[in-house]
Amino acid sequence: MKRILNLTVTASLVIAFGVIAKAQSGGNVLIKNATVMTAAKGTLENTDILVTNGKIAKIGKNIAAPANAKVIDATGKYVSPGIIDAHSHSMLDAINEGSLAVTSMVRTRDVIDPKDVAIYRALAGGVTSALLLHGSANPIGGQSTTVKFKWGRPADEFPIEGAPPGIKFALGENVKRSNFTPQAGQTPRYPRTRMGTMEVLRDAFRRAKDYKQSLDDFKAGKTKVPPRRDLELEPLVEVLEGKRLVHCHGYRSDEHLNLMLLADEFGFRIATLQHALEAYKIAPEVAKRGTGASIFADSWSYKLEAYDSIPYNGYILWKNGVLVSINSDSDERMRRLNLDAAKMEKYGGVPEEEALKMITLNPAKQLGIDKRTGSIEQGKDGDILIWNVHPFSPYSHVEMTLIEGDVYFDRAKDIANREVLAKEREALEKLDMNKAPGAGGTPPRIPAERRIADRDEADRGDNR
Amino acid sequence: MRFQSSDFRFQVDMKKRFIPLTVAILVAANFAFSQNDGAEQNKTGRAGTFAIINARIVTVSGAVIENGNVIIQNGKIAAVGAGASVPSGAEKIDGKGLTVFPGMIDAGTNLGLTEIGQGLNASVDTAEVGNINANAKAFTGVNPHSAHVNVTRVNGITTVVSSPTGGLISGQATLINLVGSTQAEMAIEPLAGLVVNFPRIAQFGGFGGGGGFGGQGLQIDFNEAIKRRDTQIDELRKAFKSAENYGRAMDAYAKDKTLPAVLTDLKFEAMVPYVRGEKVIFFTAERERDIRAVAKFVAEMKVKGIIVGGQEAWKAADELKKNNIAVIYTNIYSLPVREDDPYDSLYEAPSKMQQAGIKYCISTGEAGPEVRDLPYHAGLASSFGLSKEDALKSVTLYPAQILGVADKLGSIEVGKMANVVVTDGDMLDPRTNVKYLFIEGRMLPLTSRHTELFDSFKDRKSSDILP
Repeated sequence: MKRILNLTVTASLVIAFGVIAKAQSGGNVLIKNATVMTAAKGTLENTDILVTNGKIAKIGKNIAAPANAKVIDATGKYVSPGIIDAHSHSMLDAINEGSLAVTSMVRTRDVIDPKDVAIYRALAGGVTSALLLHGSANPIGGQSTTVKFKWGRPADEFPIEGAPPGIKFALGENVKRSNFTPQAGQTPRYPRTRMGTMEVLRDAFRRAKDYKQSLDDFKAGKTKVPPRRDLELEPLVEVLEGKRLVHCHGYRSDEHLNLMLLADEFGFRIATLQHALEAYKIAPEVAKRGTGASIFADSWSYKLEAYDSIPYNGYILWKNGVLVSINSDSDERMRRLNLDAAKMEKYGGVPEEEALKMITLNPAKQLGIDKRTGSIEQGKDGDILIWNVHPFSPYSHVEMTLIEGDVYFDRAKDIANREVLAKEREALEKLDMNKAPGAGGTPPRIPAERRIADRDEADRGDNR
Repeated sequence: MRFQSSDFRFQVDMKKRFIPLTVAILVAANFAFSQNDGAEQNKTGRAGTFAIINARIVTVSGAVIENGNVIIQNGKIAAVGAGASVPSGAEKIDGKGLTVFPGMIDAGTNLGLTEIGQGLNASVDTAEVGNINANAKAFTGVNPHSAHVNVTRVNGITTVVSSPTGGLISGQATLINLVGSTQAEMAIEPLAGLVVNFPRIAQFGGFGGGGGFGGQGLQIDFNEAIKRRDTQIDELRKAFKSAENYGRAMDAYAKDKTLPAVLTDLKFEAMVPYVRGEKVIFFTAERERDIRAVAKFVAEMKVKGIIVGGQEAWKAADELKKNNIAVIYTNIYSLPVREDDPYDSLYEAPSKMQQAGIKYCISTGEAGPEVRDLPYHAGLASSFGLSKEDALKSVTLYPAQILGVADKLGSIEVGKMANVVVTDGDMLDPRTNVKYLFIEGRMLPLTSRHTELFDSFKDRKSSDILP
């Protein structure tokens, strides 16, 4: 039934929620009298925030409302920056190009689906920005996309302008294809071991260096013929030049350390170790290189390389001075990252604001978008959440999610809309084309759901 | 490291039992224990008389006592209240600023049956081969030394139901406390219920219950899907009838030995108390139509049923109440099924069940590692409509009632098993720390695989040299 209705219901869904997207403030909003957790300069009581043209113009008390601003009374409520998820596959119609060990030429940007309902659910959980990563099937995966979840807008408006480009690397079980049996007639893909994985990386960077050399030689006039453009090596040259951020999936600390040593050798910095559930074992080494860690709060034991994962990971890394973010890697978990951050207070005792930073300012820094978002500070984008109670309380939920001063989720409106949606659904179900096959109606053609099939693969461990 | 040390310990244990020990082996064995398994040794804690004094007591069954004592003796709660006197010789625990709660109960896990689900089949014991496995007992599969045991209990979950999965009749679940060196030591009710994956209408392949509504593959015709479901229900009905007949034949033979002896069938034998309605059956079902089908089956077979899963149970309140069927709800952390379902539909479901008067409890439905999140499942239900009191009950008293063990578990009351959690705050809050933990009156160390690794690495300095 679910899929039969997909065609028409999806269309109506976008229209119905689109009503919300259109009823926006134009980026001019005044939030009145909230407890504001800035994620930068402490928590401010009874404070107003004025957003003008999408940017935070003023934070203070008793700010007068400009004529064009939508006023939101947040008395008794909590306000925090929008949550940033530094590891997501939401919106992606495809996740893994796993056919080769190095697929740096592919781009997640080419497969983003602005109608993925996961976006709306994430907004309802307070996520405003995310790093959309390629999967972890190969040592060097595809290029990532940093987005804001502008539900209801065209795909082109999602990527954050000026965000540094990124690329996914991966190590360990998934890269080795440990849990995947090649189909009949299929040659197992190299690498099959952690040894081979390192050699794939070394080989790719040696080739990238050669390519860069030939580019540089041509630019300097040493050679007359330009090298043939290489879309595989181009992004890796950007990595060597510090222009593209490397986000590397991995679990075992030895592997992540080996990667960082390789990066040392080639003269670049790894931006983030993704998952990094054992990074607490090498915290000083991670800190020394200025590499960030983007972790799960407390997932463990779902695969062998996650067996040494401990919920104190975030605390140990933080104490060592590592920039830590907490991510979801999941459409489901994305909706409750506030509670994951709260756990950091419990395990080891990370202070409240530092824990909040792990889902706001720290991921913003890791993605190079902290000048624009990640905290409630004057001059930054109005990416703001309004909560019923303290966001670390188990009884909290998001009441409103704003991106650049526009309301993208409003719980009250969502609830008010339900009756209309239910009626619409009922009407659609009665249409001949939506009757169940065999119940008299003509079944509609079911579209190939490539994305969902990929997710199923993800559920089998391809992505965590 | 972990595997090596436990493998080694196992070998030594075997030798202790079957081969005369040499001094060398003894030394090696002791060395192995003290080196690797400090926490394993005191895993079962220590018994005694304990008095938690001047604490806030959330009894769950009655009013909150703002300042009182809880006395634990002989494994039970001996006294509760502002005036509860402290027996001489009791070990006193200063409860000032702390809160006492009953241990939480997760009625829908597979804890102990899987250590590492993906890529380590050697550690997976959840599902047997075949369709009818009534005699497969989680009690004989649960690993008392799983690292999940300690990790779960130090977050205040003291008791779980661990269930087998797979097939049509998966086997029998076990109700265990998270303490003990053997399965028998852990068990409260070794055979706590029969697990039936109730057949559902699945248009996308897949079979039985579980969480999902369809696997991959080609869509089949709706009528064909109904036909397949009905065939499976027929198979189930046949198994139930056969077990009934088997039980009757056994009884008849017991009375009259001149009758032909009944040939042993372990599967039917295992089902007899369940098909006779003497013990509960856990039916996995999610959608309204499947839940209604379970209710119909329960009525037809005159058995005691409980729904596990229950996404749309609130929609079938009439049938569930009429047939006295409770729901173990396992979907707080699930995504809404349909794209146009309200974003909070599965967060809201417990509140809707409460309003509809359905008996329910909240469970993680987790395999083991994440069962410790149980309090946050209840918290989320509460941020979407359930009262805080009901949220707490949904992971303490309600599961105890549903499992028929409310005389022993689920609240802080005199005479109940001393499964007691002492915290520095609201037990459902992710920021709260457990300060003391008692199961069956034993005071347990707050250690786990996680604290051991934390202690090993928290102060590590680098030997690394940057180029």
